[in-house]
Amino acid sequence: MDLEFSAAEDAFRAEARAWLAAHVPDTPLPSLETAEGFAAHRQWERTLFADRWSVVSWPEDYGGRGASILQWLIFEEEYYAAGAPGRVSQNGISLLAPTLFEHGTAEQRARILPPMASGEAIWAQAWSEPEAGSDLASLRSTAVRTDGGWRLSGQKTWSSRAAFADRAFGLFRSDPDAPKPHQGLTYLMFPLDAEGVTVRPIGRLDGKPAFAELFLDGVFVPDEDVIGEPGQGWRVAMSTAGNERGLTLRSPGRFTAAAVRLTALWRGQADPSDTALRDRVADAVIGARAYQLFTYAGASRLAAGSRIGAESSLNKVFWSELDIALHETALDLLGPYGELADGAQEAPSHGSWAEGHTFSLAGPLYAGTNEIQRDIIAERLLGLPKGRR
Amino acid sequence: MRFLLDDEQREFGRTLDGLLEAAGTPAVVRAWAAGDTAPGRALWARLAEAGVFALAVPEQHDGLGPLPVELAVAFGELGRHAVPGPLVETVAAAALLDRLGDGDVTRTWLPQIASGKAVVSLCGPGASSPYALDADASDAVFVIDGDTLRVADGHGPVQPSLDPARRLARPHGGTVLAHGPQVIAAAAHAADVAALATAAQALGLGRALLARTVGYVGQRTQFGVAIGSFQSVKHRLADTLIALEFAEPLLHAAALALATADPAAGREIAAAKVSAGEAAYAAARTALQLHGAVGYTEELDLSLWIRKARPLRDAWGTPAACRDRVLAP
Ligand SMILES: Cc1cc2nc3c(=O)[nH]c(=O)nc-3n(C[C@H](O)[C@H](O)[C@H](O)COP(=O)(O)OP(=O)(O)OC[C@H]3O[C@@H](n4cnc5c(N)ncnc54)[C@H](O)[C@@H]3O)c2cc1C
Repeated sequence: MDLEFSAAEDAFRAEARAWLAAHVPDTPLPSLETAEGFAAHRQWERTLFADRWSVVSWPEDYGGRGASILQWLIFEEEYYAAGAPGRVSQNGISLLAPTLFEHGTAEQRARILPPMASGEAIWAQAWSEPEAGSDLASLRSTAVRTDGGWRLSGQKTWSSRAAFADRAFGLFRSDPDAPKPHQGLTYLMFPLDAEGVTVRPIGRLDGKPAFAELFLDGVFVPDEDVIGEPGQGWRVAMSTAGNERGLTLRSPGRFTAAAVRLTALWRGQADPSDTALRDRVADAVIGARAYQLFTYAGASRLAAGSRIGAESSLNKVFWSELDIALHETALDLLGPYGELADGAQEAPSHGSWAEGHTFSLAGPLYAGTNEIQRDIIAERLLGLPKGRR
Repeated sequence: MRFLLDDEQREFGRTLDGLLEAAGTPAVVRAWAAGDTAPGRALWARLAEAGVFALAVPEQHDGLGPLPVELAVAFGELGRHAVPGPLVETVAAAALLDRLGDGDVTRTWLPQIASGKAVVSLCGPGASSPYALDADASDAVFVIDGDTLRVADGHGPVQPSLDPARRLARPHGGTVLAHGPQVIAAAAHAADVAALATAAQALGLGRALLARTVGYVGQRTQFGVAIGSFQSVKHRLADTLIALEFAEPLLHAAALALATADPAAGREIAAAKVSAGEAAYAAARTALQLHGAVGYTEELDLSLWIRKARPLRDAWGTPAACRDRVLAP
């Protein structure tokens, strides 16, 4: 057992660090949840892509570097330590791409991945529906067979960044007579500017407008945009969900960098006699380190040939709660300045703590609520009996 | 990088687990608590045969170590089976003596510790407690007082602990064995080893509490169904697992840091100590709650585990002291 990086990994880290030092914008970009910020972040994706830093773990053919999972983790550590912008392409890169690598065709990969890597096509996830949140399998939007493809109808909601994104992927009921709700679903991709698609932005809790609901009215999708077998959408989607909750959605670098910033804030502002606050800072630092090490162990298991299964639910609950604790502690340290948000001229760190705090509050909800994750942990990892849902 | 125990380390853990399971530790714990140390000493000898104490002793003194990672594995199993005795203190004393260099004291005690002949206790700065654990059952009690190391002449009356299997007494007087700044450095190192071993013990204890509770809630029925099918029960156990799972890599990293004399070792050990201690204590609270009133009885062996959780959380570095250390510049 060791925690030593190889010379090649150290060199990779140094290369990433140097590139980021030379390219990360001096002042933060506007929030990617706004139109202006979305455009600025798309531009940043292009910059990343130009030097093959946008999708380091992908094969070189698609614009990546063929980086190992460990190199990816190293890149993410450097990325967040450098204070680089949030990733507007995240849904595509961390959810759709792994699905295509696992279930897509060569043609789909060649057509879809390069523009995703360059930021030319930004993807939204269209899974949730007004009546299908935690009980996703009860979704009602339909895909009806037609000449050369499918016609999609129904309503999707809570689609992150869909107000400005280009394309979306989601699940549709293609066989209404299937005996169980999670059977007869098909996984499809569609353009958000296609005929029959209406995108209605929904302001989020932080007032940002990029969230959206989607109304689909007989939208045509060709067969080539079905991922995996028709009717097998649930299985396809669940492999994506594992990625979403597991390590690729929230890499440890994000939290280790935040813990470093939090410690600096504490050293600068804290009343040394306030040991309660000190303990919370320490717990956040410990939590970030624990998450990093847990991920290293997971990466080592992957490298040794295991697959990540229900353990990804452990990650999900842990990082989402850690994220809130980090931000709440920061706001307490900031005292009266804690509430100054990203538009306020005098906001410390450009309001990133306040903005991050509001966003952290969504962590226990998206990617499967923490209640659902705890059910999964209890049933699949501890073997407890299934209860009523 | 391969941040996983290797096959040999895992096999070592399984061997100890099997040995301790077969030994039926609850009876040993109850005897120890009642002052009958014979079964505990017999078990001690078997643990020594399996190599547990040799892990803390270098080869030139008949040991195998120091091997902090293997020590963490071993103490995880000792905690899982709630083995009584000054286990932590013995390996910490070995680390202390080893650091003092090759004198008479070292040559006398280290081989005896490695072979399991000597059960020793340690009272020192890292413990921040005036009591020596199991002084009455130990062959020697080492006491660190500033820059002086003594071996105690005797001890005061045993003070009952929250965990009856932990027997606490104040060591008395004694002969000076070493003196000077090297004692301070060696004591700090011993305290690190003690904190690491205690963290490992806590983690193992927590895992045992969780396993027993999962077993219980799968069998106990109320309202016509297993209580383990109730969501509030499930979620509490899920949280217990999460806390233990995330404490384990901290423990392994701390052991590695100690093994490689990483300057960050103190911080890593402190982080592991807080999270393993808190996770185990929370596991005990959960175990008690989900067992209902039966969990509140001494008769149930579960009590042997529950009562250890709080002392292990606080011994060799309270959570507050450890958190302070995590943030030390
Ligand atoms: C910021 C944000 C971004 C999102 N982005 C996307 C996106 O890009 N694409 C997308 O498709 N969706 C997205 N979502 C939606 C998200 O996936 C859903 O919110 C989530 O699945 C929960 O569904 P719901 O909101 O309908 O809550 P509900 O399912 O109605 O749940 C409400 C509450 O009841 C609890 N509950 C429900 N069922 C159970 C049960 N069986 N046991 C215990 N408790 C239960 C839930 O845990 C929750 O606390 C996003 C959500 C947020 C907040």
